[in-house]
Amino acid sequence: MTVRKNQATLTTDEKKRFVDAVLELKRSGRYDEFVSTHNEFIMSDTDTGERTGHRSPSFLPWHRRFLLDFEQALQSVDSSVALPYWDWSADRTLRAGLWAPDFLGGTGRSTDGRVMDGPFAASAGNWPISIRVDGRTFLRRSLGTAVRALPTAAEVESVLSMATYDMAPYNSASDGFRNNLEGWRGVNLHNRVHVWVGGHMATGASPNDPVFWLHHAYVDKLWAQWQRRHPDAGYVPTGGTPDVVDLNETMKPWNDVRPADLLDHTKFYTFDS
Amino acid sequence: MPDITRRRALAATAALAATATVTALAAPTASAAGHGRPMPMPKPPENFDEVYKGRRIQGRPMSGGGHHHHEHGSGFEVLIDGVQLHVMRNADGSWISIVSHYDPVTTPRAAARAAVDELQGAALLPFPAN
Ligand SMILES: [Cu+2]
Ligand SMILES: [Cu+2]
Repeated sequence: MTVRKNQATLTTDEKKRFVDAVLELKRSGRYDEFVSTHNEFIMSDTDTGERTGHRSPSFLPWHRRFLLDFEQALQSVDSSVALPYWDWSADRTLRAGLWAPDFLGGTGRSTDGRVMDGPFAASAGNWPISIRVDGRTFLRRSLGTAVRALPTAAEVESVLSMATYDMAPYNSASDGFRNNLEGWRGVNLHNRVHVWVGGHMATGASPNDPVFWLHHAYVDKLWAQWQRRHPDAGYVPTGGTPDVVDLNETMKPWNDVRPADLLDHTKFYTFDS
Repeated sequence: MPDITRRRALAATAALAATATVTALAAPTASAAGHGRPMPMPKPPENFDEVYKGRRIQGRPMSGGGHHHHEHGSGFEVLIDGVQLHVMRNADGSWISIVSHYDPVTTPRAAARAAVDELQGAALLPFPAN
């Protein structure tokens, strides 16, 4: 059974195996298919129309399934690898081990945002940015410049305490747990982390930065924590909602999986704590 | 689909045109009053055409034809040096673009300027990007 661990607790060997598996998916071309899929959903999910991956109740199950696909791809390269998660409320500075050269590398240089160290730096030759919206082919970051601070533990707690999963109109204007976690409303958790990292993470092609997976693995863990906190509150809506994925409706692009199939993460993986 | 959406948007805007309370820039705190009810349709944004940090940015109602099925039309298009920037309007009237997708700003012009800042001189590629 896959155990997803806090990235801060990974051994040197675990970091190396994760990085090597990611690089192999990149080399084989499979990585960029994930970037394309994400970008397509980012562009087509709208508040007033069909919405599946983002700004909607299915934000959480959609990304849970997307991460499962990616994790299974990693495991087809190295079966020992699991997705680590980044608790950005705890590891909140540029000095976190996450950004060290033996893991994801650090922030970009000030002139052009180019990441200069680590396995994903353009200079290492293994991380060309092919699915992109502009001419630049190197990984970019600008940690902590567009927004100064990552969410705090108290801010996370304030969102976890929300008792309702989601609310009409089931989009970026909603109140409730999902939209406050996604960040279009309230203290802003998930969206703010994308902005804090900057560079590719701030764009629709955000999976170009491998930290995307560690960010979303933590967002996914927060969903699991919320479920434990509110055992009587479930995914909504539960039927008949135009443009929105109801509990028992299948989700694109897979078309064979429903939010109902993804509510219990223990069918697929557990967390270290 | 985009045409239907645009027509619906224009019809709704026309219906609300006489109502001075309709504003494109709902403050985030306004959401507290909004749950459970449809969001007011924001006014169409103002056209613009200017040079910002040495680059021409333009915003105008979407001209038919150039529409790609991968993205959803907001009925308004933004160009940077003549290349279309994918933009999207949020329910509260704020805007985002493909290069700044998690950070809403108040107008399409602000989204265009944010994109110029983000691009640091790089050319925008026509979407879908690949
Ligand atoms: Cu996403
Ligand atoms: Cu995200």
